[in-house]
Amino acid sequence: MAIRVNLITGRTIQQGVSMEAGKEKPAYTAACGIIELDPADFKKLGAFRSTNVRVTSNHGSVVVKAIEATQGPHPGVAYIPMGPWANMVVNPNTYSTGMPTFKGTPVEVEVAKTESVLGSLELVRKGCRGELA
Amino acid sequence: MTKTVTDVICPFCGTLCDDLEVVVSDDGKELFEVYNACAIGAEKFLHSQAKDRITRPRMRQEDGSWKEISYDEAIEYTARMLADAKKPLMYGWSSTNCEAQAVGSEIGEAVGAVMDNTATVCHGTSLIAVQDIGIPSCTLGEVKNRADRILFWGCNPAHAHPRHMSRYSIFPRGFFTGKGHAGRKMIVVDPRPTDTASLADIHLQIEQGHDYELLDALRVAFKGEQLPDFVGGIPKAKIYEVAETLKSGRFAIIFFGMGVTQSIGKNHNIDAAIAVTRDLNEYTKAAIMPMRGHYNVTGSGQVWGWLFGFPYAVDLSRGFARYNPGETTSNDLLRRDEVDAVFVLGSDPGAHFPFSSVKKIYNLPSVAIDPHETPTTEVCKVHVPVAFVGVEVGGCAYRMDNVPIETRKVVEAPEGMMTDEEFLSRVLARVKEIKGV
Repeated sequence: MAIRVNLITGRTIQQGVSMEAGKEKPAYTAACGIIELDPADFKKLGAFRSTNVRVTSNHGSVVVKAIEATQGPHPGVAYIPMGPWANMVVNPNTYSTGMPTFKGTPVEVEVAKTESVLGSLELVRKGCRGELA
Repeated sequence: MTKTVTDVICPFCGTLCDDLEVVVSDDGKELFEVYNACAIGAEKFLHSQAKDRITRPRMRQEDGSWKEISYDEAIEYTARMLADAKKPLMYGWSSTNCEAQAVGSEIGEAVGAVMDNTATVCHGTSLIAVQDIGIPSCTLGEVKNRADRILFWGCNPAHAHPRHMSRYSIFPRGFFTGKGHAGRKMIVVDPRPTDTASLADIHLQIEQGHDYELLDALRVAFKGEQLPDFVGGIPKAKIYEVAETLKSGRFAIIFFGMGVTQSIGKNHNIDAAIAVTRDLNEYTKAAIMPMRGHYNVTGSGQVWGWLFGFPYAVDLSRGFARYNPGETTSNDLLRRDEVDAVFVLGSDPGAHFPFSSVKKIYNLPSVAIDPHETPTTEVCKVHVPVAFVGVEVGGCAYRMDNVPIETRKVVEAPEGMMTDEEFLSRVLARVKEIKGV
């Protein structure tokens, strides 16, 4: 079953540290290839913590690992740290301000146990070549 | 033996901490330890020592693999690409020093480029608002010494500017703030109970995207006028309480971040935040400051301010500087296919632009100048690794409050590696040759 949530993105300290240590490393994927969901939303989704999920918006789709909100509660709001995973689904519209709408993208989250979370370089490379599912 | 270099500047965020201590080998070739830095800053210094660091330029082959090339070849490719393009985009500029930014600007003028920095996805909308209605601001020194009402709106310094609160805004004891944390009231507005919010006296857990309404509600509350029962999910009693808290202070400071600049409303949210600051000055002293992200994004705005008159999104393709956010900004240009080459230095749009823009970079002639391997280097045709500014080469950087600070070199770059400024100077010379100027 899929749930609808409001997606925001931003920095976390783990994102910052792993970014400086190298975006090609697994630690960066562990820090940013995730979605933080509120316990109430986990219940609605009917999923265990650390399950892979597919996040889909009008602008794209990406597989990330669902974890419990580290800075919650925030029911109805989901958080993917800034990075290539979040940027697959955020609203790129700038509404003539130059600024994409990184915060406040309506997304659908569904369980995707059999799909894997790609590393940052692979995700971007496959996306550019049109090789993503 | 080792030696300790003191008073080192941290080249990570706009807080530009200037009290780091770095332990290096006697010959200055190896870096062992970093003291006083936050986790992110320390990692930046330590990563310069990574054994798997890429130290020579490389070019993408037909089959997708990389081929190592010389700096001379990389300079030739870059100069040709920029000189041949009708309207190249030269993006980034925030993780380098002002000296390199100045040389890059000269290249931009020579080739008729669009110059844009990371403000375009960060505080660009703040800059629009500042041009709309001005900004009553101050330095972080004044915050430390005077501010007793601190409002963090849509920002999470515990994660994004880890030492901001301990060095300037919340914990330090200043000249008129001798009680430190105990003498300050801290208010956080954020749709999540963030780690910053956990330290606050008052946290307003606003409904995401309702910043404009809540800011306007504060202006109403300052005047003691009637409010609806809830604004942006916050009960009116709470809004009156925050208004009174702010008014009763001797010096109020509003720090704001991506929560307001990137949410719907964009620059108008900042208009409202600045208007709140202006109104607050009727009752007490108040100032407002954007929490700038990259350590020298402020500097690139400064450099272009004095060179071109505009802080970002500067279009030089007509032979004079034009500025029109929404038209001359990177993501709009990329999405509308209005640029025919992309040069990136000191930023990672591959990771931090919406994917629709990244795909456009992939399909264009492109060069990325970056010490790291990143999603941007992954989609560009040529990757030129360079020395880390603030670690392996010094240079000027501007703190988030527009104070210039000279960063320091603490360790040698791997042998034969160029700096941003050296590489850009060579590209500029070659561009001039090609253009016959």
